[in-house]
Amino acid sequence: MTDRVTLSVNGQPVTVPSGTVVAAAVAVAGVAGVRRSLQGERRGPLCGMGVCFECRVTINGRPHCRSCLTLCEEGMEVRTDE
Amino acid sequence: MNNQRHQFEIVVVGAGPAGLAAACVAAEAGRTVAVLDNSPWLGGQIWRGEQARPANAAAQRWLRRLGKSGARVFPNATAFAAPAPRLLLAETPTGVLEITWRKLVLATGARELFVPFPGWTLPGVVGPGGLHALSKAGWPVAGQRVVVAGTGPLLLAVADGLKQHGAQIRVVAEQAPLVKVLRFGLGLWRQPGKLIQGAGVKARLLGVPYRCGCWPVKAEGGDRVRQVTLTDGRRTWTEDCDYLACGFHLVPNVELAALLGCAPRAGVVAVNEFQETSAADIFCAGEPTGVGGADGALVEGEIAGLAATGLAERARPLFGRRAAWHHFRDALNQAFALRAELRQLATADTIVCRCEDVRRGSLAAFDDWRTAKLHTRCGMGACQGRTCGPAAQFLLGWENLSVRPPVFSVSVGALVCAETPSNITTSITAPKPTV
Amino acid sequence: MSDAPDILIVGAGIVGAACAAECARAGLKVLVLERGPIGGGVTGAGMGHLVVMDDSAAQFALTSYSRRLWRELAPQLPAEVEYDPCGTMWVAVDDEEMAEVRRKERFYQERGVRVEVLDGSGLAQAEPNLRPGLAGGLRVTEDGVLYPPCAAGFLLNQARAAGAAVRTGVEVRSLLPEGGALLADGTRVAAGLAVNAAGPWSPALTPGLPVRKRKGHLVITDRYPGFVRHQIVELGYLKSAHAVAADSVAFNIQPRKGGQMLIGSSRQFDAEGTEINQPILDRMLRRAFEYLPGLARVSAIRCWAGHRPATPDKLPFIGPSLASEKIWLATGHEGLGITTALGTGRLLAELVLKRGSEIPTEPYLPSRLAKKGAQHD
Repeated sequence: MTDRVTLSVNGQPVTVPSGTVVAAAVAVAGVAGVRRSLQGERRGPLCGMGVCFECRVTINGRPHCRSCLTLCEEGMEVRTDE
Repeated sequence: MNNQRHQFEIVVVGAGPAGLAAACVAAEAGRTVAVLDNSPWLGGQIWRGEQARPANAAAQRWLRRLGKSGARVFPNATAFAAPAPRLLLAETPTGVLEITWRKLVLATGARELFVPFPGWTLPGVVGPGGLHALSKAGWPVAGQRVVVAGTGPLLLAVADGLKQHGAQIRVVAEQAPLVKVLRFGLGLWRQPGKLIQGAGVKARLLGVPYRCGCWPVKAEGGDRVRQVTLTDGRRTWTEDCDYLACGFHLVPNVELAALLGCAPRAGVVAVNEFQETSAADIFCAGEPTGVGGADGALVEGEIAGLAATGLAERARPLFGRRAAWHHFRDALNQAFALRAELRQLATADTIVCRCEDVRRGSLAAFDDWRTAKLHTRCGMGACQGRTCGPAAQFLLGWENLSVRPPVFSVSVGALVCAETPSNITTSITAPKPTV
Repeated sequence: MSDAPDILIVGAGIVGAACAAECARAGLKVLVLERGPIGGGVTGAGMGHLVVMDDSAAQFALTSYSRRLWRELAPQLPAEVEYDPCGTMWVAVDDEEMAEVRRKERFYQERGVRVEVLDGSGLAQAEPNLRPGLAGGLRVTEDGVLYPPCAAGFLLNQARAAGAAVRTGVEVRSLLPEGGALLADGTRVAAGLAVNAAGPWSPALTPGLPVRKRKGHLVITDRYPGFVRHQIVELGYLKSAHAVAADSVAFNIQPRKGGQMLIGSSRQFDAEGTEINQPILDRMLRRAFEYLPGLARVSAIRCWAGHRPATPDKLPFIGPSLASEKIWLATGHEGLGITTALGTGRLLAELVLKRGSEIPTEPYLPSRLAKKGAQHD
């Protein structure tokens, strides 16, 4: 059971302690906003508890995953709206 | 996608303090109990992170107790529909749980109330509870400058928590006037536990300015927030920051209760002395019956759990404690009521519905939520109006709870329900002797 | 009385709005009465497709005429109407349905409607998320989609600009044979003639009108731009969704601007409430998965159900009612109300003004019922 998890955020490898949520890994990777709104505004997590849907990213090819409630897993591929 | 069918005597939705308490007492009494939570963790919002890093003694006691109680836990389970009597559907990452229950305890907690103001949609503007929760789940705040703003004792708890993670708290800006906050603080003598908590927090926050009677006017920055402008109604000043943790108290999560026929009014689920709702065999405990914090939630959860188990008389001794916490709850909501100036912060250009990018100006043409929704699509996005609904209610006075399944956004596959079978394969843990 | 409007229209859905716009622009004095939000009835419950149908000569005439009017109006439509000429893709699963594709191709081409037949691989290229192994399809290039409540709003603004008055929050109790309406609050509004454009509720205003409520379910997803590129319809749509009698489902999906998708469709009679009927929803979605298996993993935001106004012969009622020369009908459009709204408005105005119309009006006249003694089958 490893203490650290390595995943990729927009192609860039990021290593975080296990128990870290994907939203936090994206922040660690230095990405400020995780998605673009309908009109193209940059957005980041707001509620931190899975209710506001502003933290959505694509994980392993699946869009609209709430990153604040998803634990990082080894080898996960995360993409944000760039 | 697989559907898993289960049958439990008591199902508890929400694993925060109220849910944990209800589940513990029910399972200890020998009932088969399931606890669902839509996050990977137990503890709800207030005890987020306690499983990984113990910090709160009460939280640890309840988590240990749940672990020994025999209750079955379903994390990452989002309850979204109830297509047949006594049937609850919850989506998980691997499929749908179809759970049949005899008694249901709704402990769905609350979410933060966000009041729109210019710049509130910038990355880095986060709810206070939200930023605290994220920091407990690895979000880097060490060395980051944080302005905490909005209202409620939660602001101090969050400032304290973030400081412990290494954040630099620039200021805690509480919109309630000083006189009301002092009166509330003095009232804490009724709740000794709170008083001690308060003193500890105060000590750790020495050096952090706590300003009452002030609120944010705008947040600015390019790709993320860089500064926030605050006002006390006379003076206006600007703080540089990396994060603005801003929220204006809490909104009860009553959508599931509404779907199940509990008829919330003014956003609150009415319950009797045994925490029973108006819907048969459905109980409600904690924030959805009135926002009041963890301690009240625990007592209500216990009462609901005992009543659901048929041990209602054992709940009576708890009524006194509950009444005391209800005093606290009422004092809390009174002290931290939102001031009228907060309605004027949003300009015509300020986003109200973040999912559909609907600005305040677009809403001005309408008189009610339903028409505004139909024509601007405000509230029709992924969050199903959970963020913009309370904002619109605060800004414009629009009532807006209309509930249809799914009460949470789920996969299309989850909407397809296998037929309710005549014989349900059970997943019941062996009954324990009654305590 | 110079104050009384020439035309009183009951119902500010898309059909009532289109009638208001046409009549006002033709110089008539128009008043629209609506009890709820503009476009809040069946207009707000449906899919918003603009599609040419070939199930009968009369249906084709009205839908193709009206679709042309939409295409002409398109440049004026504001962004919130979300007009998108994405086209329709009729999908064939086997050789039998491909034969139907070819029949449709001939039918449309003979009438000047631009279509394109695709074989299995052409279909897969055009719509990569359809399951493999389908036989092919027919693309109707100039069909489109839009967002109906805002389209109704736009048309009413056009009507207002031409002098029409619109009053919302007003409930009509009955229509007066001498012209005008009796309101729920007891007041009378006089008018030259009244138009019943109340959709599923039109029988309440015109007793005996054979318009039945037909319930349909819909699911809207989160944004998946490009998941589908056309409005996709199974060829069985006509067989099942347009079959008159039983409860039925037929696969239909529509992309919206912004990437959300609307999934339909279902039809039930005698289901008065708008609550979700789980068995029907299940059937509808399972049918959809047979065409778009990836849909099961797409995020759904909302489900709802609404009633469409259905007539015995699947054609709307446009023209004077059987009850009185001063009570007219513009209702019964079932699932084609959005498509045929503009054509309906035009035909109604032309009938009122006794002008010639571009397409024959006879098939839609309410008087056709008296001749046939028609009933729902």
